[in-house]
Amino acid sequence: MNSLEKAEHPAGLKRIAIEPVSRVEGHGKVTILLDAENRVHQVRLHIVEFRGFERFIQGRPYWEVPVMVQRLCGICPVSHHLAASKALDQVVGARRITPTAEKLRRLMHYGQILQSHALHFYHLSSPDLLFGFDAPVAIRNVVGVLQAYPEAAKRGVMLRKFGQEVIRITAGKRVHGTGSVPGGVNKCITPEERDLLVAGLPDVLRWADEGIALVAQLHGAHREAWDRFGTVRSNLLSIVRRDGALDLYDGVIRARDADGHILVDGIEPTAYGDLIRENVRSWSYMKFPYLQSLGAEHGWYKVGPLARLQNCDFIPTPRAEAARQAFAATAGGQIVHAPLAFHWARMIELLHSAEVIAELLDDPDLLKNDLMASGPRATTGVGIIEAPRGTLIHHYEVDAQDLVTQCNLIVSTTHNNQAMNEAIREVAREYLDGREITEGLLNHIEVAIRAYDPCLSCATHALGKMPLVVELLDATGALVDRRVRDAEQLA
Amino acid sequence: MNPERPKRKLRVATTSLAGCFGCHMSFLDIDERLIELLEHIEFDASPLTDIKTPGQCDLGLIEGGLCNAENVHVLLNMRQKCRILVAMGACAINGGLPAQRNHLDIRDCLQTVYLTGVGLNRGFIPNDPELPLPLDQVHPLHDVVKIDYFLPGCPPPADAIWQFLTDLIAGRTPQLGHGLIHYD
Repeated sequence: MNSLEKAEHPAGLKRIAIEPVSRVEGHGKVTILLDAENRVHQVRLHIVEFRGFERFIQGRPYWEVPVMVQRLCGICPVSHHLAASKALDQVVGARRITPTAEKLRRLMHYGQILQSHALHFYHLSSPDLLFGFDAPVAIRNVVGVLQAYPEAAKRGVMLRKFGQEVIRITAGKRVHGTGSVPGGVNKCITPEERDLLVAGLPDVLRWADEGIALVAQLHGAHREAWDRFGTVRSNLLSIVRRDGALDLYDGVIRARDADGHILVDGIEPTAYGDLIRENVRSWSYMKFPYLQSLGAEHGWYKVGPLARLQNCDFIPTPRAEAARQAFAATAGGQIVHAPLAFHWARMIELLHSAEVIAELLDDPDLLKNDLMASGPRATTGVGIIEAPRGTLIHHYEVDAQDLVTQCNLIVSTTHNNQAMNEAIREVAREYLDGREITEGLLNHIEVAIRAYDPCLSCATHALGKMPLVVELLDATGALVDRRVRDAEQLA
Repeated sequence: MNPERPKRKLRVATTSLAGCFGCHMSFLDIDERLIELLEHIEFDASPLTDIKTPGQCDLGLIEGGLCNAENVHVLLNMRQKCRILVAMGACAINGGLPAQRNHLDIRDCLQTVYLTGVGLNRGFIPNDPELPLPLDQVHPLHDVVKIDYFLPGCPPPADAIWQFLTDLIAGRTPQLGHGLIHYD
């Protein structure tokens, strides 16, 4: 079977572009090359923007970093805020932060998982699932859902609101807060703030259950199509707690093969560099990571809710664990690789987040004010966290003058790069090949991408891998001059 | 808002250029007021819809600055199609955090970051014609087109976005009162 990554004879083929990919965060486009009979020859998801974070962090004082790097992403800023803080905890010698600081960070993080999962499912993806992949463009959005399924849409709005309030109370602001710092947190929460959140919990837990019921119902109604759509087998990767439990804030790296056999387990975050290598392709600013031991061809993997739920041994909260077991039972114990199953896993994690938030709000440590820890300085810090869309790795080197000398970020969406590309190629083979291409068919491609909940904004951090262009515009925006220098001249 | 006056809905396009979507998130942070807002506006091209390019619109909300040629193209088109154009947030107004790269020499960046990158299997620079060409520096929107309103903040607070939109819908000149203008 043709891999569809590269057309053998691109000259003379028709090009169709889905530009921009919509109802996802960030900038991406898909290009499809077709021959005269509409046979598909090439399908690619391109990440088309870069913003250069890894480079301009260099030379900055380390304490600025948790606040700077969260500007990678407005949907999951807390992930970057906390991954950077965890890495820099090591630099300031806080090998163990205080219980209150860890619990406040966890509260912030699970609040974010909850709001991001609600946003992704209800605001962005549910229109495809409720109306059909080829429903008219005019209704295939959250406004259409608000009109046709007002209860579901309002549930999404209110779940997101609750998660954002958890973030506001722990971080100071809903988007780009400042609560976490190297060595701990800088803000207590008050009994009144805690009570405000506690009061919201009964509704949130009920809405979370209703979300799982909705996805299970949609799966039941279209079972064969859901299980087949864009499905590609791959390895799975995530962090897990040391006892194998699902833990989205901290843990060790585990990977399984496509049949569920454990490939590596118990890998400390600091050893990520021995585990993962990255390849570059000419047509995307997003790199292609793989497990070094298996090589690029066989070593790529999925991350995110579907990987996490099947990589862990159990979920340490009762209602989400029951939901996980019900999910696993529908697959008869086989590993599920269907992209649409991400939505189900996502709703189970949303319930889990609500349960964790409830536990934390009930914990007396939460209101204490022992916030900061410190110890002997170090020069290297690696922080790994499970962001809403998957494993997020931040790695910093800091010199004796407190300045960052090196920064490496592997964001969730980058891990899923190969998997998303394979998924859309599978969809193109199944639905587009040889047919007249309609808008509705093209949306099938986007449905497969959306299932992974890509954060294409996060994925645009790399500065290094680009051709160099200088454009001079005048005040009206007209191009006065442009110089291009490609990389080959620099090598 | 004045419910007695039935009016045509304002047609609104939104886009994110070199931003992080945080301004769009802050827009959604109006929470359930979104439902009320939808009685007065309708979305054209936006990350929230599948309309890929804007038609004629009353209002365009743009987050993010300009970091590549495609950003410039999208901005020029938005200016052409939108009666009122708003620079929403720090990046649209002054380039924001991505403009931190403006003081760097790109040749050095390429050589140091790319050639010494951690964990790379093989150095290689993406150069496919499908990738839009980066600009040498990140620019604010008003470097290229006329901007009618600037909403500051990283991101602008949801209440500021709400105040701005409800003023416009009611036909008032938007006024942001105490606490609604801040820059963090």
